[in-house]
Amino acid sequence: MHLHRYEKYWLIFGVGTLVVFLSIIGFTAFAHGHHPPSHMATVDAQNVKGSAPFDEPGLKQIDKNTYEATIIAMTFGYEPNKITVPKGSTVRFQVTSQDVVHSFTIPMTNVNMMITPGHINQSEHTFKEAGSYLVLCNEYCGIGHQHMQMEIEVTEE
Amino acid sequence: MRQAAEVDIHDSKLSMAYIYIAFAALFLGTMAGVVQGLVRGGLIELPYSISYYQLLTAHGVLLALVLTTYFIYGFLHAGMSRTLGTMTPLERRLGWIGFWVLTIGTLLSFAMILTNDASVLYTFYAPLQASPLYYVGLTLFVVGTWIGGASLLVHYIRWKKQNRGQITPLFSFMTVGTILLWYVASIGVAVTVLLQFLPWSLGLVDNINILLSRTLFWYFGHPLVYFWLLPAYIAWYVCIPKIIGGKLFSDSLARLAFVLFLLFSIPVGFHHQLMEAGISEFWKYLQVVLTFAVIVPSLLTAFSIFATFELAGRAKGATGAFGWVRKLPWKDARFFAPFMGMLFFIPAGTGGIINASNQMNAVVHNTLWVVGHFHITVGSTVILTFFGIAYWLIPVLRGRAFTARMNKLAMTQTILWTVGMFFMSGAMHILGLLGAPRRTAFTTYQDHATAAAWFEGLLANQVTMALGGVILFVASMLMIYIVINLAFFAPKAHTEFPIGEVAEDARETPRILENWKLWIGIAVALILFAYTIPLMDMIQNAPPGSPPFRPW
Repeated sequence: MHLHRYEKYWLIFGVGTLVVFLSIIGFTAFAHGHHPPSHMATVDAQNVKGSAPFDEPGLKQIDKNTYEATIIAMTFGYEPNKITVPKGSTVRFQVTSQDVVHSFTIPMTNVNMMITPGHINQSEHTFKEAGSYLVLCNEYCGIGHQHMQMEIEVTEE
Repeated sequence: MRQAAEVDIHDSKLSMAYIYIAFAALFLGTMAGVVQGLVRGGLIELPYSISYYQLLTAHGVLLALVLTTYFIYGFLHAGMSRTLGTMTPLERRLGWIGFWVLTIGTLLSFAMILTNDASVLYTFYAPLQASPLYYVGLTLFVVGTWIGGASLLVHYIRWKKQNRGQITPLFSFMTVGTILLWYVASIGVAVTVLLQFLPWSLGLVDNINILLSRTLFWYFGHPLVYFWLLPAYIAWYVCIPKIIGGKLFSDSLARLAFVLFLLFSIPVGFHHQLMEAGISEFWKYLQVVLTFAVIVPSLLTAFSIFATFELAGRAKGATGAFGWVRKLPWKDARFFAPFMGMLFFIPAGTGGIINASNQMNAVVHNTLWVVGHFHITVGSTVILTFFGIAYWLIPVLRGRAFTARMNKLAMTQTILWTVGMFFMSGAMHILGLLGAPRRTAFTTYQDHATAAAWFEGLLANQVTMALGGVILFVASMLMIYIVINLAFFAPKAHTEFPIGEVAEDARETPRILENWKLWIGIAVALILFAYTIPLMDMIQNAPPGSPPFRPW
């Protein structure tokens, strides 16, 4: 098929940019491990509170600066609904839902997970600044969806 | 002497039936839209009997599904009749059966929304459970489109038999591409509704596989946006060149773009599920790569359309690098409205690339950014083009004129729509970057500082967003007035159906582009490649299913 000369330049430039862009995404994903939350662990959504680790929701310290937060999302809140960590902490979140689809989203960070019942989703974030971080649900989950929130308080040491 | 009608009178009636419902949906849908925008901005409160999410469901269903689908079918039926000749009684009857099945489905689902039995938004994610009648309505909706599409395909097959060896007129070729894309894509939603949602909502099975239902939905949900876009592209490729008094740059490039859309728009649903568990990193990345392949036909289209503009301008004596810009008919709303749509498509396409990016999606996923994005894609690019089509299509079908007075109103309408969308969508994009969630009623999250920031700022403000919505509402009502005038009150006249011709120096179209069997085969192979293993995994390693919930 005949292509106009300028059309060829345009397509070579466009496709070339695309290849570069996708290579960068692929490299950061597979060489640096910057994947979106994609964990394969499952749980019985109808018996979340009877299944480890969600039988003990809350915050656990792993080492000096690392914490693990096990959280259950439900209509219309999170359990626990507040956690407190010192500045500089890395928190690994593992979250599931005991009813409908929710999200676990911390605005102004890269923590933004869909929480689908039956699956455990994971993400982590290092809190470098002290202050109160809002956690909200950004997937419609029913009439009280806009009330669904929790707080992460990051203290000065 | 009376000229022969551009579209057979019986075919016109069928097309107009679709178009009337499309604009009824625009009327009701934008009404629901402006009210929920004002609620979200904290400017008004709803009476106790109506919930925000009920209105949001109505807004989404009416505009994203009803308006688009009905308008597309009206447009495609008219264009097929114009380019391939009058439909046979059988073809027309299929069109009418499709119309009625579609309409019964629409009314049934809409009734469930009105009675608050289906406040599940138009994505109806399990395990939120609507009334079974809502899912029956959705099924009829899809089946109706299949029958209406069959009317178009039978028409095409008959023409092919009667015109062996001839190349299909571009409009009809593109219609076939669009309908094939719809068929392949809608299988996903049909499977999940028939095999998962219906038995579960009727109580025949207790549990539903959430991840599978979401994946089948998005297998359909992404190509759905191309089903909206392709008819707008038909207008750009085929009708606009004629309206601006030019010729189509290249017939084969136009066809190639449509074939590429069929191939690459379907095996790509996972980028809507990047932030969820249960799909491994590798398959997500693979579908991200396939998603970006769709950029190529979009680049082809951008080049082709602007090449057409430049050729038209130069043919009228334009000189210099950009002299042709001034030769375009800026005061003709049939051109101006779609052109503003094209301008919106530049930031819209860029935003789409951000949304579909493996990691960047975390920043914008399910925030207002996404709402801003689809308001400038479908809500501006597609809808402004549809408005531009309506300005000549309704006069063609009703044997009336698009008068100078209506053109003036249409220009005002386009400007209002553009300004309203600029403020609303601009605010949505910025608010999304600041973390404001989508699909959420008015809230300050107990006056949290992060949420308070969404009510400050000049453009980044939920009140600005609502004001943009009010301007859009005014524009929408103006559009309804124009449609009523064109359909019932404009003076009787002969209006031409603009079908562009190919430029003389364009090369002959390669036959392989007409080989639908080949393209469908490749499309199916790509779909199997992108979906088989993840789907098997979702079924074999599924967690226990979910019972129904109705938290509204």
